Amino acid sequence: MATAVMTTLDPNSRSAARGMSDLTIRNLFIIPTIVFLIVFNIFPLIYSLGYSFTDFRASSPAAANFVGLQNYRELLNDPFIWSNFAITAKYVIVSVVGQVIVGFGVALLLNRDIPLKGLLTTLLLLPMMLSMAVVGLFWKLLYDPSFGIINYTLGLGSFEWLSNPDMALYAVAITDIWMWSPFVMLLSLAGLSAVPKHLYEAAAIDRAGSFYTFFRITLPLVAPILMIAIIFRTMEAFKTFDLAYILTSQPTTEVISIRLYKMAFQEWQTGRSCALAYIVLIMILAITNIYVKYLNKVKER
Amino acid sequence: MAAVTTSTERSLNKLAIVGVLIVTMIFLAPIYWIASTAFKPRNLATTIPPTVVFQPEISPFVKLFTKRSQLRTAPTPEQYAAAPWWERLVFDGGEKVVRSGRGEVQWSGYPNRFMNSLIVAITSTVLAVGMGTFTAYGFSRFKIKGEQDLLFFILSTRMLPPVVVAIPMFLMYRVVGLNDTHWGLIILYTAFNLSFSVWLMKGFMDEIPKEYEEAALVDGYTRMEAFFKIVLPEAATGIAATAVFCFITAWNEYAFALIMTNRRAQTAPPFIPSQVGSGLSDWTVIAAGTFLFLLPVAIFTFLLRNHLLRGMSFGAIRK
Repeated sequence: MATAVMTTLDPNSRSAARGMSDLTIRNLFIIPTIVFLIVFNIFPLIYSLGYSFTDFRASSPAAANFVGLQNYRELLNDPFIWSNFAITAKYVIVSVVGQVIVGFGVALLLNRDIPLKGLLTTLLLLPMMLSMAVVGLFWKLLYDPSFGIINYTLGLGSFEWLSNPDMALYAVAITDIWMWSPFVMLLSLAGLSAVPKHLYEAAAIDRAGSFYTFFRITLPLVAPILMIAIIFRTMEAFKTFDLAYILTSQPTTEVISIRLYKMAFQEWQTGRSCALAYIVLIMILAITNIYVKYLNKVKER
Repeated sequence: MAAVTTSTERSLNKLAIVGVLIVTMIFLAPIYWIASTAFKPRNLATTIPPTVVFQPEISPFVKLFTKRSQLRTAPTPEQYAAAPWWERLVFDGGEKVVRSGRGEVQWSGYPNRFMNSLIVAITSTVLAVGMGTFTAYGFSRFKIKGEQDLLFFILSTRMLPPVVVAIPMFLMYRVVGLNDTHWGLIILYTAFNLSFSVWLMKGFMDEIPKEYEEAALVDGYTRMEAFFKIVLPEAATGIAATAVFCFITAWNEYAFALIMTNRRAQTAPPFIPSQVGSGLSDWTVIAAGTFLFLLPVAIFTFLLRNHLLRGMSFGAIRK
């Protein structure tokens, strides 16, 4: 502890007299970061909170008029906005469930003595490090109905993925699953390798079935770390923009971030989009809160 | 393990190895496909059945870096003779293209966007890791009132959806003239990476024994000297790993770049997809652009392989 260090020092020694005091150094090290974040993250949010009560349009020179809660009222009563939220929810569920199944499944496969395990793991982790925008772009090539290798490999003929309104959201989710299952795998592997070996040995001596071993030993012990993975992925999937925006322009894939982007930067309804941004922000905070509470519950057990 | 189980264990292991190999192949197939498309002649990029074996070419990269227009007829022998070697590569591919009507060499938009990506990613990484290292040391070594709340505040800034932050930032940048500038993006990426950098570096700082500095302080170092001469060298690996993560995040970022830049400061992620819509989309060129853009990240992923778990979980999970 810092205080412990200070007490061991003779206040009259040269080292204490020279240079700055610990208090100065602490402030010097921490305050710039806090100020930077307040100026470039919190201040803009306060700024947009102000605009959310106006009919401001950034594309017109007209001054903003105060309209009170009208933006919020209209947004919350707008069935189209709710359908954007419904699309987002569907997307979050499909992609996160997919990532957990694939990621955890692959982690179970990898969690044993396999030659070249390190290399294979690193190769498997590659997709999650890539740019989502660029991944979206090259999956367009893979999904192409006439020359895409997905249709060719699966023998689907000229099946439409991205221009089919019913399929497009799943196509985006599949790409997301490809990209982010490795993340769930990475965290699951950490959880699996932390399960004490003697528990499995004890189960083997008791002649416990592999089914029992999995549900009574493996899963409960990996659950907390798996939950961390699910939290991260749910938040990210809820915020998703790049992939869906690049892959398709179907109305059925218009997740809330895309709606927000269009409202703000294509329709230039600046005031209203600030209000929607706040609604999204509150939802994200709520989701985080629910999950953190659940996570603590899992940890307590 | 008990001897009875070894034979089933062994066959299970074999099955798992086969499974892992299949999964790895499926996961790498898309990356392999884009990388191989970057070296294909144009007429083989979109064939059915897909072309797997071909003579690799670098003409997609030539086309990626230069601007050209279509010729109506095949190049005349004079045109061919006058063309530099890289241009002949494109002619040899059977394509009737020259650089422009008058034939002078023109750069395409790509090298510029690539440079913008480098400038923005490197500068924001230096700033975020620099500030983050100091702040992490502060949090790691000193008593701070409301430390947990402050750390949570720092983390929460990272959770904000980019589009939500982008709306007010766009309006503010318009007032101060930072739209479509390198600094505009650098500030945004620094803010975005700073919270990550503080969290990750705090984990690395916590692992450096305090006794090192205490000994130095007793030896007459000031706190600052101890920080620069003892702590920083010890934290070098952590700083490098954090920097690579920050670089990759800034390098890959799309939404802010799409909204805040359109030409001068545009980075590669919004630029590369914008090329697809433009009429004749030549997938070999797009693949070449994508390949060059993804290559640094792939190399970094290998360098980072032992820190991936830690980085991706914000330092929450260490091994």
